[in-house]
Amino acid sequence: MSTATATPATRTSPGRRLGQFALNNGALVGLLVLCLALFIATPRFLTIPNIINIGIQAAVVAILAFGMTFVIVTAGIDLSVGSVAALGAMVSAFMFSDIGLPGWLTLLIGLLVGLAAGAVSGLGIAYGKLPAFIGTLAMMSVARGLTLVVSDGTPLKTAPSVNAMGGDLAFLPVPILMMALAGVVCWFVLNRTILGRSMYAIGGNTEAARLSGLPVRKVLVAVYALSGLFAGLAGMVLAGRLSSAQPQAGVSYELDAIAACVIGGASLAGGSGRASGTLIGAILLAVIRNGLNILNVSSFWQQVVIGLVIALAVGFDVFRAKKTH
Amino acid sequence: MSDPTPVLSLDGVSKRFGPVTVVDHVSVNLYPGKVTALLGENGAGKSTVIKMMCGVYQPDGGRILVDGKETVIPDTRTAEAHGIATIHQELNLAPNMSVAENVMLGRTPSAFGLVRRGELRRRAKQALDRIGLDVDLDRPVGTLGVARQQLVEIAKALAVDARILILDEPTAALTGREIRQLFDVVEELRAKGVAMAFISHHLEEIAEIGDTVTVLRDGRFVGEVPATTEQDELIRMMVGRDIEDQFPRHRSDPGEVLLKVDGLTAEGRFRDVSFEVRAGEVLGMAGLVGAGRTEVVRAIAGADDYEAGTVELLGRRLPKHRVTQAIARGIGHVPEDRKAEGLVLGGTVEENLGYATLWSTGHAGLADRRGQRRRADEVSKRLRVRLASLDQPVRDLSGGNQQKVVFGRWVQAHSRVLLLDEPTRGVDVGAKVEIYELINQVTDNGGAVVMVSSELPEVLGMSDRILVMSRGRVAGELPAEGATQDRVMALAVSAVEPGRATDLPQEGIITASGDDPAPPDRKAS
Repeated sequence: MSTATATPATRTSPGRRLGQFALNNGALVGLLVLCLALFIATPRFLTIPNIINIGIQAAVVAILAFGMTFVIVTAGIDLSVGSVAALGAMVSAFMFSDIGLPGWLTLLIGLLVGLAAGAVSGLGIAYGKLPAFIGTLAMMSVARGLTLVVSDGTPLKTAPSVNAMGGDLAFLPVPILMMALAGVVCWFVLNRTILGRSMYAIGGNTEAARLSGLPVRKVLVAVYALSGLFAGLAGMVLAGRLSSAQPQAGVSYELDAIAACVIGGASLAGGSGRASGTLIGAILLAVIRNGLNILNVSSFWQQVVIGLVIALAVGFDVFRAKKTH
Repeated sequence: MSDPTPVLSLDGVSKRFGPVTVVDHVSVNLYPGKVTALLGENGAGKSTVIKMMCGVYQPDGGRILVDGKETVIPDTRTAEAHGIATIHQELNLAPNMSVAENVMLGRTPSAFGLVRRGELRRRAKQALDRIGLDVDLDRPVGTLGVARQQLVEIAKALAVDARILILDEPTAALTGREIRQLFDVVEELRAKGVAMAFISHHLEEIAEIGDTVTVLRDGRFVGEVPATTEQDELIRMMVGRDIEDQFPRHRSDPGEVLLKVDGLTAEGRFRDVSFEVRAGEVLGMAGLVGAGRTEVVRAIAGADDYEAGTVELLGRRLPKHRVTQAIARGIGHVPEDRKAEGLVLGGTVEENLGYATLWSTGHAGLADRRGQRRRADEVSKRLRVRLASLDQPVRDLSGGNQQKVVFGRWVQAHSRVLLLDEPTRGVDVGAKVEIYELINQVTDNGGAVVMVSSELPEVLGMSDRILVMSRGRVAGELPAEGATQDRVMALAVSAVEPGRATDLPQEGIITASGDDPAPPDRKAS
């Protein structure tokens, strides 16, 4: 304390910058503080097996959330991702166990089913003028229904290639690799491609984007198709971990995905959102669940805590926006 | 002028936001039955001064006096209690609620939680009568024209028995006839002893309606002068330098036809509109709000569909309702409402400048990041956009600089035909002249400009030819040389107002109902 006050002129500047950084990266700071607190509470938290465990637990929601980030950046919402993930996995499993297609092909089919479902939502939203909430709510119901139709309500075995998605590659769990891959693709699309840059413009002001000549409707179809593709990938990882496709897989995962984006700083009003923020949001959710599990907090209370964290994160963002204005 | 006591005085008030002093020792006096105009460029501190008057901001220094007594106005409710009412630039009405409900908004008379409808109507009627506005109390406010909505807003302000009325750019969205209506109300209020503060960018309006003018520059008080002061003098006080030429148009001989519009028709919006614009030419489009000018320009730009007629660019037909293709063929469109239609406010300056070239410069789906940056840098320098950085959100720029960014997008895209819709609305005097210079640059480089404007001096000063629209049709075309405001107005109202028809050419007369026909104005709907 006394040393800090002794040289205020030289010390305040980096300190201030650190404060500014903390203010701009509230979710990251929250994550670090939480990890520290959990470490103090139980040293078991920061062991390598547990960290890997958290990564695996975060993976499915993170992959969904990366896809969701595209959608939220364009001021949309995709409620169908949990169901689409389940449908992709189920169709893939059906192609393997009932039709007997080769495993690698069923993996591809799972991804394509996600892509197609997303593209259909996108077409309805962009050309059919459906509000995103309604269009994807409909797809949520349709995809879940089709999952049940295909499976007849029972789990189906998935192909070995699909099961590999839930296994390990060398020492690294494939779900974590897939999460990293999805994250890099998300970042790349958002920051480096004309598609991604157009998403920010459309989310910021659709009319201005249209009058500037951006192909708004095509971009929107691509956005929902991407979200569907990411959901398909998440479905494969989810099925891989269980070595089977479950008809009730991924129920309400869309809400976790939305929460991850929002905690990571994306605004549902559109125009903002980053891949890094979404990753932090997804990991934060996984850390909370993991930590509360280790501390033997009931899953009922976990829901309460997660709800409060979402409110806190968004509240903090609103506060920050006011402050900087 | 015999020894008046001001009802409201700001005495040497200052306001700081963080390290920035926005208002520095400014004094303003409002007298009963007098209109004090506040004059200054954007960013001069007018809005901040007004917000201190109505309790939104607290001054950091200086005093506020009401009836000569030092007073603190901590919030808008206290301001209301002192009889201070404010009409802000943006309309604060609930469009789906009735006129009566809007007038009494926030003061709805009730008993046991139920609205007393009779009392509500009676008191709303009273307020409307006070300004002589005759409208159906039950009509949803959104179905009225903008001018009448503005008047409803005034009635709402006066329903609290305001002795002090603050009008923040009330004429910005109005046309000539509507401004007249507003000024009549101001005259009546003046006669009733209401003290008024009036903000406007239009010097003619200030001369007409004001008694005294308080001029601000860069947050400082420059002077208080009578409203009869010469315009040149007021401009000099406002910008701190002389503006030799308000409309620096240099005209040249027009070249080939760049844009040809033939028989363009969209039912309910415009009908049989035809005109040509040549290289090096500025075609001004004049008319009342709702005459269809904006709609025609939007149709040409591909923003809206139309039913019949053709648009040709350099002799080749342009497909309808295709913005992307219109832009690829060289059309640039600066829309009427830059915040709602022109800019992504949260986007950076670089991004906003680059939207029109984002896709055309991309390689294999990747954005040309270095090229886009270089182009944005060049254009922002060439247009002298005042900015801290290209990565700054465009929201933080002043109105004039925001407009330059919308303009710059088309410079960056090398558009040859620019469609400008109210290009200087809400832009201060200095930036206006810069925008006019940009128009000159476009025509000097062989481009063509179509400029929709509701400011007649601007249309007369900057156009080569003037196309006047009325009720969705072309009412006539005049060469700018020798055109006068009266002649343009005569054409603009030719098919609308039977009362003025006597001094008009015969063919222009179409009977219209006396009741304000809800204009095909997109804002009103």
